[in-house]
Formats: sequence, C-alpha cells, structure tokens
Amino acid sequence: MSDTTPPSLAELVRQVRKTREYSRLTDAIPYTRFMGIGVENLAGEMLCRMTYKPTLIGNSFLQALHGGTLGALLESAAIFELLLQTDTERVPKVISLTVDFLRSGKPQDTFARAIITRQGRRVANVRVEAWQDDRTRPIATAHALFLLAEP
Amino acid sequence: MSDFSLPEDKATRLERCSLFYTDVVPHNHALGLKLVDIGPAEATVELPYADFLVGNPETGVIAGGPVTTLIDAACGTSIFLKLGRFLPIVTLDLRIDYLRPARPGIPLTAVAECYRATRQVAFVRAIVHQGDKDNPVASSQGTFMRTEE
Repeated sequence: MSDTTPPSLAELVRQVRKTREYSRLTDAIPYTRFMGIGVENLAGEMLCRMTYKPTLIGNSFLQALHGGTLGALLESAAIFELLLQTDTERVPKVISLTVDFLRSGKPQDTFARAIITRQGRRVANVRVEAWQDDRTRPIATAHALFLLAEP
Repeated sequence: MSDFSLPEDKATRLERCSLFYTDVVPHNHALGLKLVDIGPAEATVELPYADFLVGNPETGVIAGGPVTTLIDAACGTSIFLKLGRFLPIVTLDLRIDYLRPARPGIPLTAVAECYRATRQVAFVRAIVHQGDKDNPVASSQGTFMRTEE
C-alpha cells in the first residue's frame, strides 16, 4: 500500500490507541472537527473538550450554549471512550441517548468524561458527565446505549 | 420589547418563528436548520445534509449531535406555538431513540409536537424522518421548563 493512502478508520483507531495522538482521530471525523470536540489526556485521565466558539451559542440573549451542542459533546465522549478504551473493532452505533440538562452552559470550554457501566458482546451502556469550571457541578449528564456488533 | 405574542396569521407566525433559525440562535444557523412548516402546536424543521456533519467518514452517515440539535430546536419552537408566544424555556431532559440509520445525502426532517403545557413544564414528542413520516430515523421525548417569573 502506498503511504499516501489514508488508513481506514479501524486502522486509525488501532494506531491512536497506541500512540495517543487523539487529534488524528478527532480531525478525521468531520463533525467533531467542525464542533471543536477533541480528546485529551489530563492527569492520566482521558477527557473530551469542546472548545468554545460563538457558533455554539443557542441563546444570544443569555449567551448560553445550545443544548444540542452539549448532547453532541456527551455522545462524542461516549463514542471515543468505547473506541479508545476498549478493543471494539467498529464504530459503535447509538441506540438511545438520554440527556439531563442541569445548568446552562456558559460561553467557555466544556469538558466531558464517559464511564462504561456495562460492556456486553453486543451492547454497551455508558454514562457521561459534562462540566465547565467545577467538575463537582456538572452542567449536563447523559446515559447512552450503543450497539457494538451485528449478531 | 414587551409583546412577545405570536401573530394569528400563519405566514407571519412562520416568519416570526424563523428568526430563531436565522438570527437569534447562532448554532441553529451554523447547522443550516430551517423551519419549514408550523401547526397549532407543531414545528417541522429541516437539517440539510452537509459534509461537515458527517460522523463516520467511511459511510457518510451524519453524527448524532446534529440530530440532537435539530430535535431540541424543533421542540422549543413547538412550545412557543402551543403557548402562542415567545418565552424563556430551558430543556430539562431529552431522550432520543435511533430507529434506523440515516441515509447519507438526504436532509433530515424533525416534526415536534408540544402535546401538553402546564404553568411550568412543557412535554414534547418528536420524530425525525427522511421523507417518509411512517419510517422515521429517530423518535424523541423531551421535557422543558418555563423560566420566566
């Protein structure tokens, strides 16, 4: 294979699991690149960050983030957790997503951390929290179900 | 501004509600969301397919995030229509079930209906389809709170 051919997504995921060059993966996905959603290792922990930009605003009077952007961050964090911290071969397919909005999102960077509560052969259950200044005061939480493989 | 009431006339109503997609809500505008139809308590909003929305570059299927934003936006508008005026609301929770994969290259359309509004809380259900309402891509249920005094 010539070295100008980009790797398949599965191959890219395998490489990034080893090298931890997370931006290679988040840059390869158009939507996360557009949203400014990235994966970082902070104090040995894998977190997602959504870098603030004005186009994420949902209410221009209150300067609050759009609820949809928080849903997007929470879902992305769950997917990256499954892709990078497990050995799943395929991009997990979301079955259902439930988001609780707890506080309004200020115009600044938002972080998210996903925890896999159960990983079966076919289905994974994931919980996610998002926060801004204070991790003990989350602004949104979610739980999501993903299909990992076809039968 | 003191009067946030919606006009009676449907065309003017649609035009007024469309401001939430063109002017007032930057993220709706960034995704290209468009309010295409309204009913007494129902909003139909379209998300055009675009390359920057893709979540899986190998299949071209769009990410879940834009679908969440589409549903949230349509739900909010359906509440304004149900109550007949603009008022501050926040999303309390939103559940989305993905019923089948979205086909690449085709717009997604959300139809949201506010089927109950109390003094404080509004209840909304929505579906997302790609041209056939009877074969939806996603179905959703959300609760919203009125934040005015």
